[in-house]
Amino acid sequence: MEDTSIVVLKEKCVGCTLCIKACPFGAIVIVEKLAVIDLGKCNLCGACVDACKKFKAIIIRKNEAPKVDLSVYKDVWIFAEQKGGNIQSITYELLGEGRKLADQLGMKLSAVLLGHQIGEKSAELIQRGADRVYVVDRPELAYFQDEPCAAVLVDLIRRHKPAIMLCGATTIGRSLVSRVAVPVKAGLTADCTGLAIDPHTGNLLQTRPAFGGNIMATIITPNHRPQMATVRHKVMKEALVDPKRTGETLIQEVAAAVLQSRARRLKFVPETETTTNIAEANIIVSGGRGLQAPENFSLVRDLAEVLGAGVGSSRASVDAGWIPYSHQVGQTGKTVCPKIYIACGISGQIQHLAGMSSSDIIVAINKDPDAPIFKMATYGLVGDLFKILPLLTRDFKKALKK
Amino acid sequence: MNFVVCIKQVPDTVNVKIDPKTNTLIREGVVSIINPFDMYAIEEAVRLKEKLGGKVTAISMGPPQAENALRDAIAVGVDQGILVSDRAFAGSDTWTTSYTLSMALKKIGDYTIILCGKQASDGDTAQVGPGIAAHLDLPQITYVRKIETVDAKHIVAERLMEDGFEVIESPLPCVLTVVKEINEPRLPSLKGKLAAKKAQIVHWKAADLACDSAKLGLDGSPTKVMKIFTPTPRQGGIIFKGEPDQMVARVVEKLKDAVIAAAS
Ligand SMILES: Cc1cc2nc3c(=O)[nH]c(=O)nc-3n(C[C@H](O)[C@H](O)[C@H](O)COP(=O)(O)OP(=O)(O)OC[C@H]3O[C@@H](n4cnc5c(N)ncnc54)[C@H](O)[C@@H]3O)c2cc1C
Ligand SMILES: Nc1ncnc2c1ncn2[C@@H]1O[C@H](COP(=O)(O)O)[C@@H](O)[C@H]1O
Repeated sequence: MEDTSIVVLKEKCVGCTLCIKACPFGAIVIVEKLAVIDLGKCNLCGACVDACKKFKAIIIRKNEAPKVDLSVYKDVWIFAEQKGGNIQSITYELLGEGRKLADQLGMKLSAVLLGHQIGEKSAELIQRGADRVYVVDRPELAYFQDEPCAAVLVDLIRRHKPAIMLCGATTIGRSLVSRVAVPVKAGLTADCTGLAIDPHTGNLLQTRPAFGGNIMATIITPNHRPQMATVRHKVMKEALVDPKRTGETLIQEVAAAVLQSRARRLKFVPETETTTNIAEANIIVSGGRGLQAPENFSLVRDLAEVLGAGVGSSRASVDAGWIPYSHQVGQTGKTVCPKIYIACGISGQIQHLAGMSSSDIIVAINKDPDAPIFKMATYGLVGDLFKILPLLTRDFKKALKK
Repeated sequence: MNFVVCIKQVPDTVNVKIDPKTNTLIREGVVSIINPFDMYAIEEAVRLKEKLGGKVTAISMGPPQAENALRDAIAVGVDQGILVSDRAFAGSDTWTTSYTLSMALKKIGDYTIILCGKQASDGDTAQVGPGIAAHLDLPQITYVRKIETVDAKHIVAERLMEDGFEVIESPLPCVLTVVKEINEPRLPSLKGKLAAKKAQIVHWKAADLACDSAKLGLDGSPTKVMKIFTPTPRQGGIIFKGEPDQMVARVVEKLKDAVIAAAS
């Protein structure tokens, strides 16, 4: 069978090489002034089609029209993440973003709140912008478990048919919604850093980093509903509290079968190392191999304490056993997006940058003026961290009147 | 017991750089590797086999060259490699990828534990593992940092959360996704390298999997990539050199307001 999913129109292609530059998969070569696509490498992403706007020489077989009536899907939903009955800050960020999208679409914003004896938290969600809160209040949902939470969400989505469903790109969020998207056959885009509505189609434009932040992709779900996305922490602005806002709280009953879980949580052990979870921290002070010994992490911790910051680290310090893995930032650790990231004795290898390059302000302290981290840094301090860190701690203490 | 590891071949991002002139990814000389998190999944599967007996199968969906990833897996102790490759799979998003892999897993049949990496370094979605669990209707434990016990019917494992860890018990079979903390992957042995060279990689195409062709590849995928672009490169900022106390004073002055804003 001949493959016709993507074709180069011989009569239109002039061999200009624009498509080669646009192809993120290195799948195109020019042979005798004609673009030739290596179908083994091509991922049908369409970047070349965009690049060839002028000549319109590349076409991708487009999907046929949607099979379902999309107009019955209404409203923007957000998953209200809670832990121990406390609404998590990501939820406020989702409400802030969700409100904007809903207003643009002329739709309602609804929050889904799952838990036990949690009903009163509904008011908090309404004050932060929800028009409606669907509450499922059951002992089986007292703490997060993948199977019942996913099954309840699937049940509610089938009942109420939202157009958009947003969730935090947290551990809970990512584990949960992947299980939801499969049975409802929804498109799911991970770890978005930008959301917008296409003014022509009304589709949700979901922009997210890929290849460790080296490229960005905008993804749509044209023919399926809901359009589901997880959203990166700390990128969207939190919705503010408006005590005058009103909304409805709708208690939802679900069948016992939906709440069953084969996997069981036996216990939860909180981490005692530091209180600030780096995914949520507005400021992170990170230490790398430049600290030279585990006890020197105290220099990083002292500064973090004065700044109210979380403590991060490079992989080198984790592998050396200086600090637990949960603090590792980067490709094989966590992706963080704080307002301020202070890298101390970290060289700035690409795998580390992949986890922190979207921070608003980056401060680097390194004695090597050629360290790659300085290319990223908003403020770079070339010098010995053993001298600089105590001074920073001292001066910030003064400046912040602590 | 049968342990199945799902591995993805990805470009080694150490080498993925942006050409400052054309502002596109430089792909020349970019080698393909096994997704870093999947190395931990492979190692854990091999350790489970060494402790409990059984067999480890690695399965990868991708273009023909993904065979190399499977050979690399065999070199570190995997018994068999299955390549799921067909032009019909091109353009798959996580929905169709997890569907296709779940159909391959059904064909394998008697799996006890299915292991995935936490996420792939190219797409960074972390969606395929739970997606497979959903397609196969299996329980899942994501972000596993330690397996405590495995018996004939159950597994107990620790799941890393942002603020601590959970201990979860699940009946078997189940799907795990693993983080780096779980182990230290071994290097290939000489014997392993030899086995990798000689191994017969099993090839499965769409027709071998009894799948619904409407759920495959680009057409089957609910999400579509509309546009790919390079982010505006971050501008380097101000570099301070000289006496530490002076540098610090100037940086504190510059940062003070941002720190106060971040705290509120
Ligand atoms: C598959 C893969 C995945 C990876 N994932 C990650 C990841 O998730 N996160 C991550 O961080 N890394 C990751 N790495 C590792 C990464 O490539 C680097 O090795 C690592 O980030 C280096 O850590 P570092 O900067 O602390 O150490 P180094 O590169 O050794 O840098 C130490 C720096 O400290 C400076 N220094 C030394 N002494 C002083 C002093 N007294 N004062 C000031 N500066 C000083 C030095 O000039 C140097 O620049 C990964 C690697 C691979 C292959
Ligand atoms: N094409 C694939 N073939 C085999 N396994 C895959 C494939 N894509 C993803 N996986 C598995 O799913 C995990 C998560 O990938 P992702 O959801 O793409 O971030 C990876 O670590 C692999 O274990």
